[in-house]
Amino acid sequence: MALSPQDVERDVTAFIVENFLFGNAADAPKPATSFMETGLIDSTGILELVAWLEGKYGISVGDDQLVPENLDSVGNIAAFVVRTKGG
Amino acid sequence: MGIGFEVLDIDLEAEANRICEAIRKGVSLELKRRGVVVALSGGIDSSCVAALSARALGPKHVHGLHMPERDSSGETIKLSKSVSDTFGFDSTVEDITPILEGLRCYERRDEAIKMVFPDFGPGWKSKIVLPGVLDGSAANQSYNVYSVVVQTPGGEILKKRLPPKAYLQIVAATNFKQRTRKMLEYYHADRLHFATTGTPNRLEYDQGFFVKNGDGAADIKPIAHLYKTQVYAMARHLGVPAAICNRAPTTDTYSLAQGQDEFYFSLPYDKMDLCLWAKNHGKAPGDVAGALGLTAEQVERVYRDIDQKRATTRYMHLAPVKCGEIPELDV
Repeated sequence: MALSPQDVERDVTAFIVENFLFGNAADAPKPATSFMETGLIDSTGILELVAWLEGKYGISVGDDQLVPENLDSVGNIAAFVVRTKGG
Repeated sequence: MGIGFEVLDIDLEAEANRICEAIRKGVSLELKRRGVVVALSGGIDSSCVAALSARALGPKHVHGLHMPERDSSGETIKLSKSVSDTFGFDSTVEDITPILEGLRCYERRDEAIKMVFPDFGPGWKSKIVLPGVLDGSAANQSYNVYSVVVQTPGGEILKKRLPPKAYLQIVAATNFKQRTRKMLEYYHADRLHFATTGTPNRLEYDQGFFVKNGDGAADIKPIAHLYKTQVYAMARHLGVPAAICNRAPTTDTYSLAQGQDEFYFSLPYDKMDLCLWAKNHGKAPGDVAGALGLTAEQVERVYRDIDQKRATTRYMHLAPVKCGEIPELDV
């Protein structure tokens, strides 16, 4: 079955809540919430997130793909993962 | 109207007098110590702090420390000794390599590099670098994610992005260097009843370019308000040896030569200073772009990078988080 953006959003949100928010789901980011603007995830957090994405979805994220368009929100990540898996 | 580098010009003699008065009052009245210890790296910042301290307190009340280790540049100790010689204060050499070996600093660092380059070992050199702020497209500026650069024994240069575990372990291991030096600074400060000095300039202090509880720990930080350009000017004014004043800033922490601008800052220090000054004074990117030889859009990227680094390193300035009030202590 094809991976949907909603599946990825759910998984990414769960990863963020568990690893960056100590399980506090009340502070979970909305799909469009910018990590940079809210300060929720810094560059080390992005590294951790990318390592997890690569393991979870079997993708390889290139240096030129480490940009906010792909990674600055749960929604951006979901679109990026689906695009990468599909492509 | 365009802004130029002249905005960083200061009255050096007046500022030196003001800082020296602050050192005298700070050390005697606030810290209640008899002098200061200065860790001398052979770089401009520690040399300037040493010169100011000797002028403020007299050379008998300054003690210098030379603390090279295995990865230090060969000229480090020669330069740092030229400072204690020039300003006439006593100093001690503490080679910290055996301590770092005891802590397994090099071993832990190399173990982390091997996660990325499994063949890494004796005869190889390494450093870590950030992507350039001016690389990539404006709308999609890359994150500040470190890569490790290695040089093989045959001279080949290889570069790979660091996964989080390797990155954090490399930083944690190399931070032993700054923390070991600070531990020895406090040893000498305690035995002499002196205070320790911190030597960050404004650029480093603002952007979190220090190790928490390493070089970031100090009882007094005499030049934390001065832009690095001003520190160079002050050092020349105070008579710091020319070999130090004419030397490009390095981290002197990794075995491969590493400029501060590739390790941390997005531009050479003088341009970073002007960007930071302009941002701090509410100037538009276009006001300063001409003097920097950049476009307004590129300056805007540097402004964003300044904000990003402030946010990322904010915790390094924070006092410990307390979970209850202690109103009796006025600190």
